[in-house]
Amino acid sequence: MSPIIELRGVSFRYGRRLILEDIDLRVEAGEFLGLVGPNGGGKSTLLKIILGLLPPSRGRVEVLGRPPEEGRRELGYVPQFALFPRDFPITVLDAVLLGRLGKTRWIGPWRRSDREIAQRVLKECEIAHLAGRSLDTLSGGQMQRVLVARALASEPWILLLDEPTANVDLRGEKDIFDLFRALNERMTIVVVSHDIAFISEYVGRVACLNRTLVCHRAADISGDLVQELYGAPVRAIHHDHHGRGQS
Amino acid sequence: MSEFLRAALSQSFMQHALLGGVLASIGCGVMGTYVVVKRIGYLAGGIAHSVLGGMGIAYFLGGSPVLGSLIAALVAALIIGWVKLRLHQQEDTVIGAIWAVGMALGVVFISQTPGYKVDLMSYLFGNILMVPRSDLYLMAVLDGLMVLAVTLFYKQFLAVSFDEEFARARGVSVEGFYLLLLMLVALTVVILVQVVGLILVIALLTLPAAIASQYVRTLGRMMLVATLMGAAFTTGGLALSYQPDLPAGATIILVAGCVFLASSVGRALWLRYRPRREAARG
Repeated sequence: MSPIIELRGVSFRYGRRLILEDIDLRVEAGEFLGLVGPNGGGKSTLLKIILGLLPPSRGRVEVLGRPPEEGRRELGYVPQFALFPRDFPITVLDAVLLGRLGKTRWIGPWRRSDREIAQRVLKECEIAHLAGRSLDTLSGGQMQRVLVARALASEPWILLLDEPTANVDLRGEKDIFDLFRALNERMTIVVVSHDIAFISEYVGRVACLNRTLVCHRAADISGDLVQELYGAPVRAIHHDHHGRGQS
Repeated sequence: MSEFLRAALSQSFMQHALLGGVLASIGCGVMGTYVVVKRIGYLAGGIAHSVLGGMGIAYFLGGSPVLGSLIAALVAALIIGWVKLRLHQQEDTVIGAIWAVGMALGVVFISQTPGYKVDLMSYLFGNILMVPRSDLYLMAVLDGLMVLAVTLFYKQFLAVSFDEEFARARGVSVEGFYLLLLMLVALTVVILVQVVGLILVIALLTLPAAIASQYVRTLGRMMLVATLMGAAFTTGGLALSYQPDLPAGATIILVAGCVFLASSVGRALWLRYRPRREAARG
């Protein structure tokens, strides 16, 4: 079977800086892939290249065997927190409905089916009771679920998540990853995180990105590997999700 | 006030003025909402002032100043939009240049027009009491176009205003809709210039929507409240200005400014004292 996402020899330059160098990556159907690495290592850039938001300087990208501009209809995208003004006058339901763009008619108001799908994903993310609330009244964890619901409203094959728990407390982080685990039953997931120790419990494979990309099975993650990736000793953290320190 | 009512009931110039005010308020309610949430007030100001260039050229050539302002506004919107999308860093400079060059062009062409000298003040500060019937028709058509576009593409405009990157990831042509939005703002500017003149446009475009945003939390309701607010300001300004013979456009803006100030102060006080009350209750 052909891969869901395939990158071959992808490089990306920003000005004179080489952000990504010769990346090869195949994401298979049903995978739960963690993308980790230091800040500035190119994680978000890689997601944006997959989404067709940035053109690679070199190399090929295919989403479902097509160029990203065509394949991205089937990508559900959860950007890093707060790309929009928090006080924008919009309700949770209206924000989630925007995920239907690309899957509904071009002209005129939302269809009834769009609203039904939006209600369903709100329920799935356990925020149906917030549908009429305006975004500026939400907590960090609630906002994160709204962003996930918006991505799910696209009824995607693949979910791309960029630091989905950056503004969430520990308890909320675990809850959200449990939701991702359930979603992984029916869709492929790629999640960007800075927290390799935490996500290795959930993902099947870890792709370590620091300009170049190296993949590991989650089971093989060790302190040596983390050190090699970050280029400096990192405190190894044993965690039970309740008393975890910050790395 | 009774004299104003008598004029409103019997004089066609006052009826035209009131109708012009209502037509303008639709523009300031709908597009003003986008200008406020997208924070492009400076950009709209640039479009508004460049309109004088179009008016001056049209006047020099013996054409219709409204048509001239329409063309100038659309050209300015496209230039500013293109600059914003392609040359991000110089946006400020270019808007400022279009702002000033447009006005300079207008002044030069008006000065070179032979014969009867047009009243420059009425372009700058509006002359709603002299709006001819043909301009009212044009304003109604522009309003219609604007409302139609916003109704058809409400989803896309919301997506582009709210979160450009996500809109792009969903396949929305962000650049295309941004330019369309600016062109609709340009149409609105042309409508509003008839009422309050090009210098005061920016206040009528932003104040009603800004006041609305203090009370309602969806774009649609903001448009509705801002439109009602705009109609109240233009009607109230006309009424207040009539008897003492004040300039109508300036009076309208002063009414809008006072309400905005009162609303902002009231809201700030409310936000300051509300938590204390709630804390006392809890």
